[in-house]
Amino acid sequence: MILPMRKITAKKIGDTVAELCGRANILLRPDVLAVLRSARKNEKNRLAASALEAILQNARVAAEEGMPICQDTGLPYVFLEIGQGVCITGGGLSAAVNDGVKRGYGAACCRESVVPHPLSRGKSAYTPAVIHTEIVPSDKIRVTVFPKGFGSENKTKLKMFRPTEDISALAGFIVSCVAEAGADACPPYMIGCGIGGGADQACLLAKKALLRDVRKRSPDPVLRKLEDQVLQKVNRLGIGPMGLGGKCTALAVNIESYPTHIAGLPVAVNISCHALRSAAAVI
Amino acid sequence: MKILHTPLSKDKLAGLKAGEQVLLCGTVYTARDQAHKLLSEVLRKGKKPPFELASGVIYYCGPARAPRGRAIGSCGPTTSSRMDAFAPLLLKAGVVAMIGKGGRSQEVAQAIKSSGAVYFITYAGCGALLAKSVRKAALAAYPQLGPEAVYRLEVEDFPLIVGIDATGGKIRGL
Repeated sequence: MILPMRKITAKKIGDTVAELCGRANILLRPDVLAVLRSARKNEKNRLAASALEAILQNARVAAEEGMPICQDTGLPYVFLEIGQGVCITGGGLSAAVNDGVKRGYGAACCRESVVPHPLSRGKSAYTPAVIHTEIVPSDKIRVTVFPKGFGSENKTKLKMFRPTEDISALAGFIVSCVAEAGADACPPYMIGCGIGGGADQACLLAKKALLRDVRKRSPDPVLRKLEDQVLQKVNRLGIGPMGLGGKCTALAVNIESYPTHIAGLPVAVNISCHALRSAAAVI
Repeated sequence: MKILHTPLSKDKLAGLKAGEQVLLCGTVYTARDQAHKLLSEVLRKGKKPPFELASGVIYYCGPARAPRGRAIGSCGPTTSSRMDAFAPLLLKAGVVAMIGKGGRSQEVAQAIKSSGAVYFITYAGCGALLAKSVRKAALAAYPQLGPEAVYRLEVEDFPLIVGIDATGGKIRGL
């Protein structure tokens, strides 16, 4: 039996992306705000507390004035979960997404942070976005916009462990990534981690892990234990908000996993600054 | 809280201690990666830089677009360590203070100490809040760099924390 396809116009996708770009860059995620507020409440170190207070105040100012939370409005990532029952009409998908980013970033007074060539650089613009698509069994499209700042993206690391490696070595690696980032990437951090798949999949999972609510731990008991262990260790590093010391160097560790090869154990770490921004909608 | 006014003399900076919070009033110049690269080429050739570096304050920042009617858009600091390779040369050319986020290399810390300069950090990831302390912004050099161009900012009560002081003392987390 052939089911009728649900038609979604490219324009509708572009409009949604534009709206999400504004929302993601201007309004801090409620889960991120919640963990920041709780960190502020618990911080006794005077300088660290003043930094957390400034972060919360900044979120208020950005929302009230409709300005981006951070001048680094990121390399725009757009994740699309496209239902296999959807037919996209009236234009190309990538063009529609990039048009939406341009409109959304422009209206929100973002920064043109994307150069057209990594070596010869050139004049910066809002686009192209990095677009990830996945085909899922539904008749809808879920759109997520994730502006990823590069102060934190620059600290990304991948390590291919031996499959016989002890879990504590993985924890040690993740903690070392944070130690090496120091105060460069705007702590307190949220740490995304991808374990499994191949090198590319691990890196993608690490980034996607940051899209999960930072108050929610992994439903997988092995991963949950690792998340808790890493968070505790990271918070003993003493880096603190903006490098000012205190007890919160990270606010959350989110780990995602995928099956992998018998010979391998890839681990990728993608750090986010305290201004972890994303917004999603279903069409 | 101590208020500092530009131009900053090395005498004014000498009394500051790492971890001290201060407010800055006056003129600062934004410059980040590409502007540093261009400035360094100019200085290495012994030519005159396109804006005054003597007693200057460099802010590692590439602002977002200014909303209508505002002096500047979101304008927080960028990662200072990317400018480490260029900083000693700029200090030698007369820069007395740098504003950014995160740690500095040993070499830069040493250059700060030997020149009597100061490295300040400001609230990173707080560009909307910091924009409130910027009264004016004008293009000063390298317009071709877009958001990475050099802007002359007039700031008022711009919040800073001494990251590395003129004696080489630094905040523990840096």
